[in-house]
Amino acid sequence: MTAMLNVKDLRAYYGQVQALHGLSFSLNEGSLTTLLGANGAGKTTTLRAICNMVRSTGAIEFEGKPIGTRSTENVVRLGIAHVPQGRGTFTNMTVEENLQLGAISRSDKKAIVADIERMYEHFPVLKQRYTQQAGTLSGGEQQMLAVARALMLRPRLMLLDEPSFGLAPLIVRDLFRILGKINREEKVTILVVEQNAQLALELADQAYVIETGRIVMSGNAKDIANNEDVRKSYLGY
Amino acid sequence: MELFANQVLAGIATGAIYACMALAVVMIYQAIDHLNFAQGEMAMFSTFISWQLMQWGVPYWGAFVLTVAFSFAAGIAIERLLFKPLAKAPVLTNVAGFIALYAIINSVAGLIWDFTIKQYPTPFGSSPFLGSQLISTHQAGMIGITLLMLVLLFFFFRFTRVGLAMRAAASLPESARLVGINTSWMIALGWGMAAAIGSIAGMMIAPVVFLEPNMMLGVLIYGFAAAVLGGLSSPFGAVVGGFLVGVFENLVGTYIPGVGNELKLPIALALIVTVLVVKPAGLFGRAIVKRV
Repeated sequence: MTAMLNVKDLRAYYGQVQALHGLSFSLNEGSLTTLLGANGAGKTTTLRAICNMVRSTGAIEFEGKPIGTRSTENVVRLGIAHVPQGRGTFTNMTVEENLQLGAISRSDKKAIVADIERMYEHFPVLKQRYTQQAGTLSGGEQQMLAVARALMLRPRLMLLDEPSFGLAPLIVRDLFRILGKINREEKVTILVVEQNAQLALELADQAYVIETGRIVMSGNAKDIANNEDVRKSYLGY
Repeated sequence: MELFANQVLAGIATGAIYACMALAVVMIYQAIDHLNFAQGEMAMFSTFISWQLMQWGVPYWGAFVLTVAFSFAAGIAIERLLFKPLAKAPVLTNVAGFIALYAIINSVAGLIWDFTIKQYPTPFGSSPFLGSQLISTHQAGMIGITLLMLVLLFFFFRFTRVGLAMRAAASLPESARLVGINTSWMIALGWGMAAAIGSIAGMMIAPVVFLEPNMMLGVLIYGFAAAVLGGLSSPFGAVVGGFLVGVFENLVGTYIPGVGNELKLPIALALIVTVLVVKPAGLFGRAIVKRV
């Protein structure tokens, strides 16, 4: 298997404060990888650095091309969809407009219409509300919308920042089931950052554990789930 | 009763001027969250360009189209050169930038074309409109053009992809970048469109107030009042606000003794303050619904 995303020696800064201290990892094409870590470990920063939304140094390669110096919108246009923390919903626009915006960098109009229909199949609740202002959706519905919006890009790689945040457990299960399906059926490589380690490890095939801006463990998700340190720190048993 | 109806009609006619200007104000406010104090001067400068073209023998509509195109390009250039570097600067820095731009354009226009009042032609003629003494064909044409611009803007923002991208960039820049929108260019485009709309406003207003470098000062304040009244986030609100301010101004001048022409401008300012206190989002500004 070839590496789709290669990150080497990534260091990121917020003003004078260094948040990442030389992070290296890679994602295999078609994999579903999770990045685990406590609050403030640098998970969000890692995702933001990939999309060049925070000042960083190091090498980031996507499908063999260096992307470290590209602007956020140009990284996205390569096929990297990023579902940010807090979902980034365009709350004063309709559900359908949010989906349209997901595909704004594409020009194949017919395929876009078909893709919107496909999203309504994945997420039936969105279909019932397509003319509604997105801000009036519940948290779970907004998260579904955020994932659907990201898929409208027809991404090769999807980055998700704590999709389970603030959602009821049943909804999280539903969401993760859909993510698994997208990964298998649409061949989208997924990197998901999570605090809900148990669910994330069940879903993922690869896992990285990050502590204070460094990778401290990596490997097969099952092995990581069975690791005693991880169990104590992140799974709570 | 007839007096009332006539004054309302006359108010709508002047209101069209304010509506045009408010439309331009709202365009920039949408893009960058600031009121452009130099909006009126940009419109005045554009109007002088069209006047100059006509002096050189270009026919009215030719000059009109060239001026709108020039203004669009100039609006983008001003954003790229002057305000893009200020994008992350505090509000006051931006305000200083607007005021500097105001002074520069005003002086340059005075330097090139001097401060004497000039006649400016109207393409609609100035005979009474449908036999009414209160509204001329020019004013009727101006109302028509304002409404036409509003309809075009509505379709642009509602049904085109660029319009959608501009709205997204204005409401949530970070999310907009994450779907691949070049937000920086969307802002420039907003400036270009505002300058183009402003130039049309200027060319419509000039036959009424005469052409000179300070012609837009009062108009801009009424335009602000209209935009605030209608809601700074709504082009439709801006136009309705413009007509309302025009009517309001006329009725107050007619029915409240002692107001007259001298106190009309303070009334516009009082209106701004009142709206900001009572209904900050304006009449049509969309209050964002949020559910957590």
